[in-house]
Amino acid sequence: MNERFKIAIIGSGPGGLSAAARAAERGVPHVLLEAEDHLSNTIYRYQKGKFVMDEPGILPLRAPVPFKAGSREEILTAWDEAAARLKINVRLKHEVASIKPLAGGGFEIKCSNGQTLAAEFVVLGIGLQGNIRKLGCPGEDLPFVQYQLDDPDEYEGEVIAVVGAGDAAIENAVALAKQNNVIIINRKDEFARAKKANEAAILKAIEDGTIECYYNSAPERVDALSVGRKKGRMILNTANGKAQILLDRVIARLGATAPRGFVEACGVVFPSKDPAAVPAISSQYESNVKGLYIVGALGGYPLIKQAMNQGYEVVEYILGHKVEPADEPLLKAKFAAMPGFRNVEEALARVQKNVRLLAHITPLQLREFMLDSDIRTPKPGETIFRRNDYTNTFFSIVEGEVHILIDEQRNQRVTLKRGEFFGEMSLISGRRRSATVLAGANCVLIETPRRSMNRLINSVEAVKREIDQVFILRAVQSRFAAEVPVEQLAEVVANARLERFKAGDVLFHEGEIADCLHLVRSGSLTISRNIGGKDVVLSYVPAGNYVGEMALMGESRRSATARAAIATETVRLDGESFKKLVNRVPVLRLKLQSEYRQRAAANLAMQAAPEGGDIISFLISQGAGEATDILLIDESLCVRCDNCEKACAETHGGTSRLDREAGPTFASVHVPTSCRHCEHPHCMKDCPPDAIHRAPNGEVFIADNCIGCGNCERNCPYGVIHMAAKPPKKPGLIQWLLFGRGSGPGEAPLEPKAKQAATGKKAVKCDMCKGIPGGPACVRSCPTGAAIRISPEEFPAYAQSRR
Amino acid sequence: MHDSILTYAKSRYLWVALALGAGALAAYLWHDPGGPPNGGTWLGYTLGTIGAALIVWLMWFGVRKRSYAGGIGTLRGWLSAHVYLGTTLILIVLLHAGFQLHWNLHTFTFVLMLGVIFSGFFGVYAYLRYPTLMTRNRESATRDAMLEEIAEIDQNALALADGIDPKIHALVLRSIQNTRLGGGAWTQLRARDGSDLALASLHEAMAAREQRKEMATSEMPTMFAMVDFLAGRATDKQGEAMRKLIDLISRKKALATRVARDIQFQALMEVWLYLHVPLSFALLAALIGHIVSSFFYW
Repeated sequence: MNERFKIAIIGSGPGGLSAAARAAERGVPHVLLEAEDHLSNTIYRYQKGKFVMDEPGILPLRAPVPFKAGSREEILTAWDEAAARLKINVRLKHEVASIKPLAGGGFEIKCSNGQTLAAEFVVLGIGLQGNIRKLGCPGEDLPFVQYQLDDPDEYEGEVIAVVGAGDAAIENAVALAKQNNVIIINRKDEFARAKKANEAAILKAIEDGTIECYYNSAPERVDALSVGRKKGRMILNTANGKAQILLDRVIARLGATAPRGFVEACGVVFPSKDPAAVPAISSQYESNVKGLYIVGALGGYPLIKQAMNQGYEVVEYILGHKVEPADEPLLKAKFAAMPGFRNVEEALARVQKNVRLLAHITPLQLREFMLDSDIRTPKPGETIFRRNDYTNTFFSIVEGEVHILIDEQRNQRVTLKRGEFFGEMSLISGRRRSATVLAGANCVLIETPRRSMNRLINSVEAVKREIDQVFILRAVQSRFAAEVPVEQLAEVVANARLERFKAGDVLFHEGEIADCLHLVRSGSLTISRNIGGKDVVLSYVPAGNYVGEMALMGESRRSATARAAIATETVRLDGESFKKLVNRVPVLRLKLQSEYRQRAAANLAMQAAPEGGDIISFLISQGAGEATDILLIDESLCVRCDNCEKACAETHGGTSRLDREAGPTFASVHVPTSCRHCEHPHCMKDCPPDAIHRAPNGEVFIADNCIGCGNCERNCPYGVIHMAAKPPKKPGLIQWLLFGRGSGPGEAPLEPKAKQAATGKKAVKCDMCKGIPGGPACVRSCPTGAAIRISPEEFPAYAQSRR
Repeated sequence: MHDSILTYAKSRYLWVALALGAGALAAYLWHDPGGPPNGGTWLGYTLGTIGAALIVWLMWFGVRKRSYAGGIGTLRGWLSAHVYLGTTLILIVLLHAGFQLHWNLHTFTFVLMLGVIFSGFFGVYAYLRYPTLMTRNRESATRDAMLEEIAEIDQNALALADGIDPKIHALVLRSIQNTRLGGGAWTQLRARDGSDLALASLHEAMAAREQRKEMATSEMPTMFAMVDFLAGRATDKQGEAMRKLIDLISRKKALATRVARDIQFQALMEVWLYLHVPLSFALLAALIGHIVSSFFYW
């Protein structure tokens, strides 16, 4: 007979551990199942001595297990102690293979080590890291077979087999090859999965003979050897038969199995295919499978403290107790500004009743949404945001109304009423606000940051659909409403649809017959023509603009090729209905024609100087297409004094966020390694404390609540973020000059390492000197004017100026 | 968007400097001191004050350059003005002195000033000329990348030579050691401590020049020796390896030359500052002497 428990907790991370601890405290029969041979694998795998932060600071911790900011070791020790003290029923090395609901209620849990047990309730706290993929052959757990490499310099003079063909495997192999004899084992015949730079590095190492490679090979088994000088041997299945390698160590970097498949197999439904989607859970953390609860990162709460609180709460809920959620006081403070506020419950209900968009989401999602959001009650006439601001928050109207100034000169306004929303344009395009918005009477708004809104859009299909529909309608209206009455646009709107393009995809080719036009919704395009057998880039089209309408009006063939410069989304307007519209409204035709003439003239100027097009192509190939502001250095002016780097370090706590020398150069135009403040910043993608924001002037910056996890550093494709500790304070000019205290202006700090250990590193990147009047220090301190910052819209003019 | 310090803001400071010079010249021609023109007239004092103020302001550039967080205008504008107004100083000071030059402190101050200004002229020349040459010379590689490649070629060359003949190995090893010896500053370069980078680069430039000399004497014989060997008694396989080795060493030589060039260009862009800045401080001291001593004429 299987063992039976009331609660089975799967995963011993912050959420799971806290739940188990609470269950133990309450004396509930429970079991904590952990796949690894230690608790909290995600934190266990942090590098040694890593400083773990405890954001958000305002949230109180409520868990029987202690947690405060400190080093990885301190935290793990405290947790191990707590687990022992509370006598938590931990089962290590119990990887759960399946969870099946039983007919009479409860669940049957099968572990991959053959054990089976039963539980009334299941709490899933397995996080998002997934289980590390093992070798999958006999000997995969031998002591010299490892799945992680902290410090490649630790090993010397060994024979090491690295298994895998991804970035991690390549980086490990190349780093180890400096002092070891490295053999890399690749199941395939190429390294196509890796980043370009890594692929080049490994192929070069193989060619140089510093690394030996077995292609099309897989390990058959690993044996420990008791005689001879090597610890073990690996038998390989290769394309030409079996091979034997005598070795000291095996490092397998085969990635991890994403937990989603497992979670779905348990019956939990994800709302969309988007990898960022999280399963819908109730306000008591229960999933769609009755009795199956989800806490922590898997449910969309990536911070340690959140997860621990949920672990505590979930056990209380299972036991049928009511607990006031830990965030209750925070929400109360938020809603206090709302007129007629009585209690949180009622306020939440009011929000959900008034705002149709939020009617689709679960109470728990709404709480989380409100925690991230702000309630704003602007006075009538107050500006909520201005046209050309770079903010990207999203607003929902709970009460009252707002006015959108579509045309400031003519004071043309559109009024939005209770239940509607605005701000979606900048959220989607990542570009400046397209209009100014003023508050109307009795206005109560919810302002939601980009990340929370994107998470909601990705998790709740209905929200996405509604926003997309409104987006299309407004995009068409804002472009044509000045000339065309709104009713006449209905047909065009009805026939519009969204299309996605990958970087380099072609929207339409030169010479094709035109059947549609595109509004660029996010991303950007290049327009090019084939001149003398070569594609010459003529212009750059950022989000918010139309392409392809000219060919629809008269000349029926495309005069140029439109290509996505980066991943791009467009609203495709059907050609037929657009033609009808133009025929009906002669003013529109005239306006389009005059715009076309301007564009054609600019294109002609570019065509006269095709080298300019080469510069644009070069910049686009460097990813400048998604930039909003990029630093360019003219190497024919740059005297390599590095004053830009010094200025950057001096104005930003001693760490330069720019590497002048690194980066490619074309026709003297140098793109240094420096932040280009992307439209959709890659760094924002996965920031647990949501510390990366965009300032009103477009600067993407990292706030002080950074926890130093390094996700942004990894996610940035341009390598412009790094982790740094605050260096010691510098002395004033006079003190330095007369008394020689510390290091002088522009000099590196004297002991950068001395104080690092205590404080922990945080991510640093360019913030375009947003706090400093006069603009970016790098540009202002360039003595020869070699450093400039421009936005992609200026590329054509810039390219022409460089003839 | 990108323009040089000379054409900055449509050469605004060229016109300012020209206006200042023309104004001073006009005043000088119009003024009748009732004797030979000199620094003791009211115009002389006026021009002298302007000149002294200019010198102090020109030297303030060093402070402005280091005030990274604030300061008026852009550094580029300051440099543009620095160049043009500094040049005008020659005329203003000559007019101030009424073209009277003698063997005394005053003329010495003038000579120091000319030293500062003309070293600055070289600076302008260097800033306009060498950046382009440097970019061209680098062929989009960074200096670190080139140094790394050299180190790698050394490794490969040694490995190749090892398989050919102990003699060749010794030969290659010696050539590598010689290169290292000449370019011992490379290690310093890679450290890039930034505190006295300019000085370090100077050492490096000298070292690199030596190294180039050395390469002319040491690498060529290596190659000749190998060609001899090739023509002589090598087997086919060894011949193949030898050809590879020669390719490698030629490549390395080209790279080393390029790195040396790179260092040289950088040094050229910095070396004049070692004259310009100390001279300007000497000028300031002499200027104070000149002003103080002038009062004894009263």
